[in-house]
Amino acid sequence: MTPPAVRSTSIRFEDIDKRYGGLYALRRVSLEVAAGECIVLAGRNGSGKTTLLRIAARLVRPSAGKLSFSAQGSDESTVAKSIGFVAHATMVYDDLTAEENLLLFARLQGIAQPVQRVEELLRDVGLFDRRGSLVRTFSRGMRQRVAIARALLNAPGILLLDEPATGLDPQGTAWLAETLRRMGDAGCTIVMSLHGESEISALATRAIRLDAGAVVADTRSGADLRSILAFADA
Amino acid sequence: MSLFANTTVLLGKELRTEFRSRELLTTTIVFILIVLVLFSFTFDPLSDEARRFGAGLLWLAFLFAASLMLQPCFLREQTNDTLSALRLSVSDPFAIFLAKLAANTLFLLLTELLLLPIFAVMYNVRVLPVLHWIALVFFLGSLGVSIAGTALSAISAQARMRELLLPLLLLPLLTPILIASTEVTSALLDRSPYVQWKGVGFLVAFDVVFLTALWLFGEYLLEE
Repeated sequence: MTPPAVRSTSIRFEDIDKRYGGLYALRRVSLEVAAGECIVLAGRNGSGKTTLLRIAARLVRPSAGKLSFSAQGSDESTVAKSIGFVAHATMVYDDLTAEENLLLFARLQGIAQPVQRVEELLRDVGLFDRRGSLVRTFSRGMRQRVAIARALLNAPGILLLDEPATGLDPQGTAWLAETLRRMGDAGCTIVMSLHGESEISALATRAIRLDAGAVVADTRSGADLRSILAFADA
Repeated sequence: MSLFANTTVLLGKELRTEFRSRELLTTTIVFILIVLVLFSFTFDPLSDEARRFGAGLLWLAFLFAASLMLQPCFLREQTNDTLSALRLSVSDPFAIFLAKLAANTLFLLLTELLLLPIFAVMYNVRVLPVLHWIALVFFLGSLGVSIAGTALSAISAQARMRELLLPLLLLPLLTPILIASTEVTSALLDRSPYVQWKGVGFLVAFDVVFLTALWLFGEYLLEE
């Protein structure tokens, strides 16, 4: 079976603010993310990486500013539905099996031939033999693989990953790096926050550093890129 | 994916997880049973008093049990942030509410119908001749409880003191349903049973108004 085609998509953040009470999680963030870019977000805990990713996933409404998407030949609402998101939490049900979880989300997303797509992803993440086991019986790394498979179900045009290697062993991290490389090659726009996974950060074509909710560095090349990635890898 | 298709898929998930664990159904049935047994000691089952107060006690037990049943409705979605995954996947967030309130109504109805014969024996009331009307009142009442309860469960799940908040919000809001359902059920359990259409009309109106409100504003309840 041929996986669904990736719809290459760009993202635009315009003067995004996010406040929780009097506290700014993000302050006047403006970014243009070109279609097919692979961006690593770096920054200390609480610098706003997770909030930025959740706003991009349209799970959190910004307090001010505008978020928009564009892809050739698609309207914005269609594009917004082709977002794959891997969060801190696994976003899968412990009381369902790996296969039931993926089938549930595949059917909700209206994916053609969901059974075949799920089988293909289960093989890809190395959990086909455990497809009938409840997720609650999985290790953290196995749960993370299910979480990543869920995010890849609809061959997303935008992939947002919040510390995606959490719980993965070195083989798992290598598999994730290879998967992201393939998605990037297919034209997927990737934005991810990382802590110490140089194998994955090596895929970055751009690095952005956040501090106290503001963008303090944004670079695509040379020593600056390596310096921000080194911060993410630390 | 249409609203109906999304709702069907989500309802399947709700039923599958509940029938796999049976957590909610078991707790609710045991709770209602305890309440009915305890109250039955305070009445002479052969007296008219039991018939007069029986309907009220039954609905009070249903209401308290519903507040137990509705509590985990959205709390469960917070454990692994699955609510975010659902929001990213459905074409209309109303499908999430529809599936949950349909599941809650089904669970409540199932509990009520299982316990009705026990109630009839303990409180010495004849339910068979009016069973179809009682089933209708149970359905309309349970639907109203589920609609309001599901909405409040979504609100309270994101709040501090969430375990305390739901009953505090739910019970006052459901007082009109309690009164209408009790009056209609009481009339049906009378020695000369009759259908109190005013109460039935009120239950239908309550369900329609709250379902419309949920359809219009439900999306905002799911936002972080």
